[in-house]
Amino acid sequence: MTEETARRALVPVAAERVRPRGRPLRSRAAPYALVAPFFLLFAAFGLFPLAATAWLSFFRVDLTAPEARQWAGAHNYARLLGDEFFWNALSNTVLIGLLATVPQLLLALGVAHLLAARLRGRLFFRVAALAPYATSVAAATLVFALFYGRDQGMVNWALGVVGLSPVDWQNGPWASKFAVASIVLWRWTGYNALIYLAAMGTVPPELYEAAALDGAGRWRRFWHVTLPGLRPALAFTGAVSAIGAVQLFGEPLLFSSGAGASGGADHQYQTLGLYLYEQGWVNLHLGRAAALAWAMLLLLVAGFGLVRLVRGGRGRGAR
Amino acid sequence: MLAAAALLAGCATDPPVPPAPGAGSPVPTAGRPVTLTVGVYGTFGMKEAGLYDAYMRLHPDVAIRQTSLSRTDVYYPQLLTHLTAGAGLADVQAVEVGNIAEVVGTQAGRLADLAHAPGVRREDFLPWKWAQARTADGRVLGLGTDIGPLAVCYRKDLFAAAGLPTDREEVGRLWAGDWRKYLAAGRRFAARAPGGTAFTDSASGVMAAVVSGAPLRYYDAAGRLVVAANPAVRAAWDLGAAFARDGLTARLQQFTPDWDRGFAHGRFASVTCPAWMLGYIQDKAGPAGAGKWDVARAPRPGNWGGSFLVVPSAGPRVAEAAALAAWLTAPEQQAVLFERRGSFPSARAAFALPAVADARHPYFGDAPVGRIYSAAAREVPVAPVGPKDGLVNQILSDTGMLQVDQTGRAPESAWRAAMKAIDNALDR
Repeated sequence: MTEETARRALVPVAAERVRPRGRPLRSRAAPYALVAPFFLLFAAFGLFPLAATAWLSFFRVDLTAPEARQWAGAHNYARLLGDEFFWNALSNTVLIGLLATVPQLLLALGVAHLLAARLRGRLFFRVAALAPYATSVAAATLVFALFYGRDQGMVNWALGVVGLSPVDWQNGPWASKFAVASIVLWRWTGYNALIYLAAMGTVPPELYEAAALDGAGRWRRFWHVTLPGLRPALAFTGAVSAIGAVQLFGEPLLFSSGAGASGGADHQYQTLGLYLYEQGWVNLHLGRAAALAWAMLLLLVAGFGLVRLVRGGRGRGAR
Repeated sequence: MLAAAALLAGCATDPPVPPAPGAGSPVPTAGRPVTLTVGVYGTFGMKEAGLYDAYMRLHPDVAIRQTSLSRTDVYYPQLLTHLTAGAGLADVQAVEVGNIAEVVGTQAGRLADLAHAPGVRREDFLPWKWAQARTADGRVLGLGTDIGPLAVCYRKDLFAAAGLPTDREEVGRLWAGDWRKYLAAGRRFAARAPGGTAFTDSASGVMAAVVSGAPLRYYDAAGRLVVAANPAVRAAWDLGAAFARDGLTARLQQFTPDWDRGFAHGRFASVTCPAWMLGYIQDKAGPAGAGKWDVARAPRPGNWGGSFLVVPSAGPRVAEAAALAAWLTAPEQQAVLFERRGSFPSARAAFALPAVADARHPYFGDAPVGRIYSAAAREVPVAPVGPKDGLVNQILSDTGMLQVDQTGRAPESAWRAAMKAIDNALDR
């Protein structure tokens, strides 16, 4: 039965057309049956948790007794507005996101440009660029935390060598954000560079030749030919980086072995993801954690909506 | 039972051998062999001390497996999730004292009463330890494993270099009776401190030690949160802050790699040390610190930490699990745990056993740790524990005092930040 379904799916469309319309329902159902496993899994592990979280966010409910929930209406959302820890986490998330994403994408562009050139051992450099991405968050973060140690860290040692005073990378409000962002930067730059590299390969070489004939230098060719060719890739990496920034969790969690989910003594690098975890699994308030999760989703959706609106408006204006 | 403990002490590391006649029941029971699981956090020590092997030798039809998570802050939420779901539980689970009141208060219906488990004798335990796991209606849901009576561990070489006494009796007298004398000793140390060393490791460590000796801490007997208004907490806070402001600390956070390196490099001369910390210090200070450390009495008695064993009632082998928990927490086994791992018995009946009473610690200059810690344990004031004791303690230390110590934040401002964080965490 399943074998037959599979075979029918593989027959060319032309053969399908000459076949008498014997069992139209089944042939129309076949594609749905084939995509069903994905959607079933998505419903079970994507849609259901999403809906359950939404439902939970309207209750006062603790991990100690999930069955004893109390209807709270929009209270969990309303209190976010006056929750200074939420605003602190939101601003940390945005700042760390900017500190990590902007230099990351610029650097990736530069790396991709270099990798696109004909150099010896290209394959080695490409694999090397991807190596940080293949490293686990935990391993990378633990090593970075060692580098950024206050008393015996390598970074402070290097600062000392060049005559600068040591920095408290854990407690400094900016230093700690920079340190966490640098882990993200290190892990994702190579990945983005390879995406840009692949996109650069799709730019037709005639365009470069034509530009060169018109007297464009290397920089202008990059600016006027390469960059416009990369637009879809730029949009993709920008969107993925933004999502990653909002969900940033592992790096700040493991950056200090003593801080845990608090994100530092003064919550100086507590991100939204970390605050959600703290509410749910340290403070045990499942309802508040659920509301926070939905607030994060809504923030992302609103952010992308805003970007679309701005870009759409500009596009129409140009036309 | 004493004979059993002696037997166990003799061959706990040997491969399992058939039990000697008379020890336990050599004839397997009619039932099929059972496997019991024990869920613990950190390096709990029961496995390392050979207690499971000993139990399996006494009961050839029982096999014991341990699952362990290294961090309490991961272990505890998982335990709650498993309890509320009634699945994924081990037959015996460990609970830390900071969480015991919450477990007793909210999970009573999901845990077995251990008051009458075979071999459990109420009078064996310290009364306050027994009471901490007892419900209002008199069921006892957890059996105490260890407690954390306090002492002060100090470096003789650094004390000598700064002109302080080094003999443990004299050092104890230096600050006997008052934590403010510990501060005074710190100031004396600082005046002549060897370069690159501080008097103590952290302001949070001092604060935790002072609080641990108060008869009222974060909750009152009626279960109300009193942390903000309790003068004892505030006094501990002010003393910790005084250490930070006077520059008497190495500005470290406890249980972080930097703290570990502080031990290894001898960056501080003293640390308030519950019994369970001795092994940790020995580990981290290593051979380089051998012969330099010693243990003196703390200014005031206090208790910091300790654990319980509970038996989830959803399990398929509740009776067998209760018997195991009872055996593991019996005085003889607690004495072995102290002898091998340094976890101090919560069973007062164990204090008189030679393994405890005569215990000396070779790494700490052969200090009579059994005598020092038993004396502290007997004098610990009984303080009510509340459901969020662990969380409140953590916020006071890691959000509040850590800032005073590491960033120089004004104590008043850090106190307000800690109170705000506590209110948020407790949803008040």
